[in-house]
Amino acid sequence: MISVVKRLSIIDVERCTGCQLCMFACSRRFGVGGMGQSRILVRSAGGIERGFVVVVCRACLTPPCLKVCPVDAISQRPGGGVIVDPSTCIGCHRCEEACPFGAVMWDQAMNKPMICFHCGYCSQFCPFKVIALEEVTTRS
Amino acid sequence: MAADRYLSRVLTVDLTSRRFQIEEREDLFEKYLGGVGVAIQLLKEACPKGADPLGPDNVIVLAVGPLTGLFPLASKTVALFKSPLTGNLGESHAGGRSAIAIKSAGYGAIVIKGVSRTPVYLSISMRGVEFKDASGIWGVRSSFTVGRVIRELELGAGVRTIMRIGRAGEKLIAFASVITETYRHFGRLGLGAVFGSKKLKAIVVRGNRSIPVTDPNEYRKLYEEIYRGAVESAVMKKYHDLGTAANVLPLNELKALPTRNLKNSYFEGAQEVSGENLAEKYLSRRVACAHCPVACIHLAALREPYLDIAYFYKTVYVGYDYELIYALGSMLGVSNAHGLLKLIDEVDTVGLDAISTGVSLAWATEAFERGLITEHDLLGVRLRWGDWKAYVEAVKLLVERANGFYDTLANGVEEAAAKYGGFDYALTFAGNEMPGYHTGPAAYIGYLTGARHSHLDGAGYSIDEAAFKKGEKLTPRQIAELLLNEEAWRQILSSLVVCFFARGLYKPEVVVKALGTAGFQLSMEQLKNLGFEILKVKQAYKIQEGFNPETLKVPRRVEETPSPQGPILASAVKEGVRYYFELLGVQSHMKEVGQG
Repeated sequence: MISVVKRLSIIDVERCTGCQLCMFACSRRFGVGGMGQSRILVRSAGGIERGFVVVVCRACLTPPCLKVCPVDAISQRPGGGVIVDPSTCIGCHRCEEACPFGAVMWDQAMNKPMICFHCGYCSQFCPFKVIALEEVTTRS
Repeated sequence: MAADRYLSRVLTVDLTSRRFQIEEREDLFEKYLGGVGVAIQLLKEACPKGADPLGPDNVIVLAVGPLTGLFPLASKTVALFKSPLTGNLGESHAGGRSAIAIKSAGYGAIVIKGVSRTPVYLSISMRGVEFKDASGIWGVRSSFTVGRVIRELELGAGVRTIMRIGRAGEKLIAFASVITETYRHFGRLGLGAVFGSKKLKAIVVRGNRSIPVTDPNEYRKLYEEIYRGAVESAVMKKYHDLGTAANVLPLNELKALPTRNLKNSYFEGAQEVSGENLAEKYLSRRVACAHCPVACIHLAALREPYLDIAYFYKTVYVGYDYELIYALGSMLGVSNAHGLLKLIDEVDTVGLDAISTGVSLAWATEAFERGLITEHDLLGVRLRWGDWKAYVEAVKLLVERANGFYDTLANGVEEAAAKYGGFDYALTFAGNEMPGYHTGPAAYIGYLTGARHSHLDGAGYSIDEAAFKKGEKLTPRQIAELLLNEEAWRQILSSLVVCFFARGLYKPEVVVKALGTAGFQLSMEQLKNLGFEILKVKQAYKIQEGFNPETLKVPRRVEETPSPQGPILASAVKEGVRYYFELLGVQSHMKEVGQG
């Protein structure tokens, strides 16, 4: 079976100015202002003059976060990435620790992980084309 | 009612007792929105009349507003304090990540009082305040290094601000700045010295709170409109490309660019230090404040050889802006771009306000030229127009208060002229060194009347330029009215808190809608009136603290150097000042005490 799915890709991180509009967009997608609900994180690479690091789920084909969940609250998203079932999740943080990119964000208030599900809303607000929704074709 | 109840939370930090408390001040935020509107009330409450700006009674207020964290370019924090430079109201705006961090941590304002016994830095989060021992980093000269060290010690990378002082703040230089996110500054009026006097080396704020809105769908729609305006419209274009440095050549063409202590208003060396040339030869990266799509921060890559080892280089990144190119460039006759960048870098490293530093050095250069000060006073640094190496040396000596002369100069040009003479060419207005526009009378009326003596208060330069273009000559009264109206509206922008670069975007109609999503129902009329009210409160505070519009002076040099509008008359400037305060309706100090 061939599936064509889109995932949020970082096209060129050197273009990032650290404006963080993507972070605000993600939170806004969930109906709030600020950055508290953001599934994408932009921070400096150790000082603003060194550029920025964009941390977001890479839509792994074999996600480590999924592997370590003790209650199977994380399932595979077709084409890459994961979907979290918050009603099963026990908030143990293992998925957060397992992601090598630090892309599992944490909702402090609910004590649940927040992981990007590649809707692409953030990329509409990047003024410098750092990120974009890209098609990924996989065979299975 | 504000949709976000955390907006009105005021965090008060007492450095003396090392305690903090959080209060709900809905009364203030509902009426004054936030930012400067709220901050001036908090300052009035907390800072006793006549407080010594470098004493324990001075207070620092940092405030954000209802639009912070909600809309693009609502990216700035307002700092209010008593200024050690003017002895009166200090107000400074900065972006970086400061505003977003404070709002995300769940505060509308932070008030800092008292003085710490030992060097300290504050780590502020949603949970409150940690007083961290800064004895190890006290004495670290470079503001860059302070940032690098604290970055490793604190949590919250990406969602935090690190506001810090360099050596200048520690040495209580009257125009020391506070630097945030390396390339943004609370530059003017000496906030850095206030930090230093409180033994406060830095403030870190971090948070990741969500901000509720009245209607998420309406909010998203309005956001998209404002965002499109920010990235597509012509009003923002100037700041996208060359940044504020785009101003250099146009101002020079107009013959409005202060050169060599305003001896001239045209700089023959402008081309090399222009926005165009700096972009072509040096621009290496553009970065942005949090929630700003413009990225106006222009970083030059300065590649330098080490002289003691062959083929051994370093590359440092220097942020450049119009005001720096003016103050450390044309004002000092420095046309060597590399030298200018080195001078900017030195000034930023130690944490000094670039404008005040440049104007102080310009005065010193002319005073030396005329024999008012000697080589002995300068500790052997022979200041000469264009000699950026000498200026770098002078900055190093100034920041250490190395001898009697540098110690005096470190308190500002007004004090230096009082001791050594040269008032005619001491370009200071109500104690604040002049901004970079010699466009006509409106600029100068604005420097004197503006509550923070900045070109950004009422944008006098803009009034001059518009008049010049139309071939009009405005009367002092007309100028005063225009300045007043503009400054009053900017009180609203500074209460939201919006970056002035987006003033073309945040017109009254847009502000009304944006405030609506934050739960504020105000008409344009109400907003405009509120702006006047806030301005009146600020000016009344200044008068209470000793500001006297009637004794303001215009340095002779302003009259001597022709502007695009012809010669500027001190009498016309003073007339404009009089009209401004008459129109505002704030009684002058002199009238209050029954004199004149």
